[in-house]
Amino acid sequence: MMNNGNRIEKAKKAKSPVKTLLRLLKYTFSRYKVATVFVVIFVLIASAANVIAASRFAPIITELTENGLNADMRGVIIPNLIIVTAIYVAGDLSVFGYNRIMMYIAQGTLKKLRDEMFAKMQYLPLKYFDGRTHGDLMSLYTNDVDTMRQLLSQTIPQVISSALTLIFVFSFMVYYSFTLTVLILAVLAVMIVIIKNIGVKSAKNFLVQQQALGELNGYVEEMTEGQKVIKVFCHERKAEEGFRRLNDKLNECGKKANTYAFLLGPINNNLGYLQYVLVAVIGFVLAVSGSEIGLLSAYCATTEGASRIAIMAGMLVSFLSFSRQFNMPVQQVSQQFNAVVMALAGAERIFETVDTPPEDRGGDVTLTFGEYEKGKWAWKKQTCNGAEYIPLKGDIRFNDVVFGYTDEKVILKNITLYAKPGQKIAFVGSTGAGKTTITNLINRFYDIQSGQITYDGIDIKEIAKDDLRKSLGVVLQDTHLFTGTVMDNIRYGRLNASDEECVNAAKLANADSFITHLPEGYQTVITGDGANLSQGQRQLLAISRAMVSECPVLILDEATSSIDTRTEKLIEEGMDKLMEGRTVFVIAHRLSTVRNSKAIMVLEHGEIIERGDHEQLIAQKGKYYQLYTGAFELE
Amino acid sequence: MEILIPWLTTFIIQELTNLSQIENYQVDVNKIIICSSSMVVCALFALFCGIMGARYASVASCGFARNLREDMYLNMQSFSFANIDRYSTASLITRITTDVTNVQNAYQMCIRMLVRAPVMFIAAIIMTSVLEPRMTAIFVLASIILGVIIFICLFKVVPHFKMMFKKYDKLNSVVQEDLTAIRVVKSYVREDREIFKMQNATAEVYKYSVKAEKILTFMTPCVNLVMSATIVVILLIGSNMVTGNIGGAVKPENIQALIFYAMQILNGVIMVAMCLNFISLSKGSMDRICEVLSEKTTLPEPQNPVKEISDGTVEFENVSFSYSDKAEKSVLKNINLKIFSGETVGIIGATGSGKTSLVSLIPRLYDASEGEVKVGGRNVKEYDLETLRNKVAMVLQKNVLFTGTVAENLRWGDEHATEEEMRFAARQACAEEFIDALPNGYGYDLGQGGVNVSGGQKQRLCIARAMLKKPHVIIFDDSTSAVDTKTDSSIREALKKYAPQTTKIIIAQRIASVMEADRIIVLDEGGVSGIGSHEELLETNSIYRDVYLSQMKGDEE
Repeated sequence: MMNNGNRIEKAKKAKSPVKTLLRLLKYTFSRYKVATVFVVIFVLIASAANVIAASRFAPIITELTENGLNADMRGVIIPNLIIVTAIYVAGDLSVFGYNRIMMYIAQGTLKKLRDEMFAKMQYLPLKYFDGRTHGDLMSLYTNDVDTMRQLLSQTIPQVISSALTLIFVFSFMVYYSFTLTVLILAVLAVMIVIIKNIGVKSAKNFLVQQQALGELNGYVEEMTEGQKVIKVFCHERKAEEGFRRLNDKLNECGKKANTYAFLLGPINNNLGYLQYVLVAVIGFVLAVSGSEIGLLSAYCATTEGASRIAIMAGMLVSFLSFSRQFNMPVQQVSQQFNAVVMALAGAERIFETVDTPPEDRGGDVTLTFGEYEKGKWAWKKQTCNGAEYIPLKGDIRFNDVVFGYTDEKVILKNITLYAKPGQKIAFVGSTGAGKTTITNLINRFYDIQSGQITYDGIDIKEIAKDDLRKSLGVVLQDTHLFTGTVMDNIRYGRLNASDEECVNAAKLANADSFITHLPEGYQTVITGDGANLSQGQRQLLAISRAMVSECPVLILDEATSSIDTRTEKLIEEGMDKLMEGRTVFVIAHRLSTVRNSKAIMVLEHGEIIERGDHEQLIAQKGKYYQLYTGAFELE
Repeated sequence: MEILIPWLTTFIIQELTNLSQIENYQVDVNKIIICSSSMVVCALFALFCGIMGARYASVASCGFARNLREDMYLNMQSFSFANIDRYSTASLITRITTDVTNVQNAYQMCIRMLVRAPVMFIAAIIMTSVLEPRMTAIFVLASIILGVIIFICLFKVVPHFKMMFKKYDKLNSVVQEDLTAIRVVKSYVREDREIFKMQNATAEVYKYSVKAEKILTFMTPCVNLVMSATIVVILLIGSNMVTGNIGGAVKPENIQALIFYAMQILNGVIMVAMCLNFISLSKGSMDRICEVLSEKTTLPEPQNPVKEISDGTVEFENVSFSYSDKAEKSVLKNINLKIFSGETVGIIGATGSGKTSLVSLIPRLYDASEGEVKVGGRNVKEYDLETLRNKVAMVLQKNVLFTGTVAENLRWGDEHATEEEMRFAARQACAEEFIDALPNGYGYDLGQGGVNVSGGQKQRLCIARAMLKKPHVIIFDDSTSAVDTKTDSSIREALKKYAPQTTKIIIAQRIASVMEADRIIVLDEGGVSGIGSHEELLETNSIYRDVYLSQMKGDEE
């Protein structure tokens, strides 16, 4: 949410709104070429119908005015009415046609945008997610895509139809009277200048309003997240004060933005009235003075005197109705101004996401099961003389690895370590020492700046990323569960695991007892990231998940931190079984968890300062010794 | 004022039809001048009114939204923990922003349309009746047909829209879940599965949007058709009236005016219908807002609140507790305890044994379902909430720091704390050393949620913040889990030294954290399994012994 401001900054200096618009149009319509043609045809018919129908009124009115009681019903009025009706029906059918097609195009495009953006996002590097809040990313799928909906299904057809109507009406007007048309254009120019000014101001204020809304959003998010702390500290009044300040600010911005937006309507309307009066008066003067330059000369020249004036008056009425029709599209387009600005800002953000380069897919060494030797995993390397198989053992080595999340700040300095197949390696150190970072490098969540990490002798950069990750079972510090049953969540580790295998894994992880106590046992549906389960229970599920996955290498990042030591002891047996024959990386606070590791690395400030097994480290009397004895010095 | 606009328009039209009416006669130039100039004046006046209208409409609608948000937030502040548990952060945010915006838009539409449309409608009907009463019948008929069409459509559309919004929530939850668990997704290479889930979600949204919009695309041409039909009928009947085929007072010059009125009347109907549509669409939002507004705190204030707490004794008398009335299993069962002022008490127990629930009752974050919780010899329900919570400090398990500097965060404990007092509190929490090492010391900006300090440092700041209250009772709910064991023990030493009068209740996973407490309470499945000193419990309590051995294993090697 904090990034909202930046987003708007970005939107403001959008590289080129026109480019974005074109890209969006291309994106939308290239998939619906035939449909687009139909839309254009239908819009064409609809706007033509509108204009032509209006023009058919003139003969009727003229006839009635001229001949009064003796007006020719059969000859003039009825035929014209029939034409008008037919045109109206045709027009309405076209409106229906293009609305329908546009609806499908718009909805289809929205779905495609969401799907594609999501698919893209799945393969973006973690760095992308680190720098953005969830709220920010989620609004891409809702707010930003929604602005597009209005643009596609309403604004675009409206702009096309308005433009066409303008052209039609304009040609009719020129046909009727050149002088008056020039007059209307002059008024129009004034209107456009006013609309543009107000529109720009309003759009600007709307963006400011969005920003204020974002700030408020961020405040509420932060404060609500810490609501319990607020209560414990009786800080409610303070929180309200802050809220009120931001709320008032939003109110001010909103007032401004909306005032400008609401202004457009009355200004357009009343300028329209003024224009109407102006045209009426000048037209009248022209008609009465009999000036032929004014109203359609060719038509008037044939008649004389009073009847000529009558014809001219009839014309004037038609012309006036045109002039209103001429203003209408201008107004309609101006009302859409904000929508367009917002939609383009949204499109910009969406395209930015779509354009972000995905994380690279890694090399071409793939993981095979049973190909090299039955029931065994092996790496398959494509060489010029066929495939070469390297059995997967779980030998992981770091050579002089240097890494930082940004180039400026180095987190890990020259890390060299090795884990032989089946060994348990533990990382110990204070928060921020770089323990989690090391494990993030093995599965290539992040790429190292220099040095090399090898896996069974293969540089991990040569291994296809998916296959690399498939070979690593991970239990993360924060456990995440998915909406679905408990069984589904365990099966997440290996999709083809049978129910029995899942239950067995849960039993090993000591999760079985609490699962069977849930209302529906293994079929209990977990919602909202498992909010109804305790942190410890969630970790037990995550461990079950890793057990099901049968990966040759395991990474346990504080996997048991929220499990009380008694339960931890209960699952120890299961954990031992889980680790059996596997290379395991363990990160833990509790030294009791890591004590039986083959090698323990003590990290500090991104460096391994001590390494060895428990006895060796105790004998060294270094940092590990301090940590270890620190726990018991009070005895 | 808005009445003037349609009235003016009719006036102008009237004048214009006059123009064509008098064409056979000598033109009264004066009349034209008067007419046109008055029209200009009227239009300018209408413009002015319009601008003022815009101003006030926006003031009204924004003010409305602001008040709504403020009331919601104020009510949220009065929520108890039990209330808070009922709503997720995300849902509260949506309610206070998106939902309010929806309602604001509907309200905006309504104040502008619902006033304007009926006025225009009535004015046009009156004008028509003056011109030719029988024409009014046509208009009314057309309005009814139009109204019926629109209502049938909306009636059918609304359920689809409601479904669509539901599917929207689903889509949101898929995205949110994916974002929070992106590391798990990537570790298990389950991107395809997530994409598949998303495609299902978008397909559902697509399905219901199309269903709803299909009806809407059908509605527009229908409405247009009714309008065009009305125009044609007016022209037909009008012409017949003029030619005398049907008796009527319609004159040729009136026909244009009649068409104009017809449009106004039908537009009025459409506007009203649209408003109703908006209202029905925003009804969901309104319901969600009202839910927050009408949520009553579950912790009623006492009649005559006691504002003084004598000391830090804490008693539990037959206390049972469950988070909701419906839950069959209570979290705490028949707890009887007495903790003396100044005592240090450790609480230990397995995950889910009710440790946090037990201590939450002391500062009255929740009310006990049965029995009495007493602080300083009085039932907690008799105290003024603020007094109680100021004297019973609690360092929460899931603790939060706020955007701002170290000093600003510490001052949560005591607004008027001097630098001296802050240092003292920091010293008690063993935070002094690292705060001094920060670039700006106490002026160091912590960032949102305290992202700029490590987990252990965060916990120490939270402890310092609580100590600044100078409480009678302080509760640590597993609040040193990220602090290394050595610092952990120094914090306890410091507390002992600097705050001997304060009752200290420590919940911990590590036995070492509670071992030297005066007494240790072992909780098991909501009941007290044993109370006593470390040595006593080792002898008598098997659970305690198990926990101890699990942590001490290998120590003898």
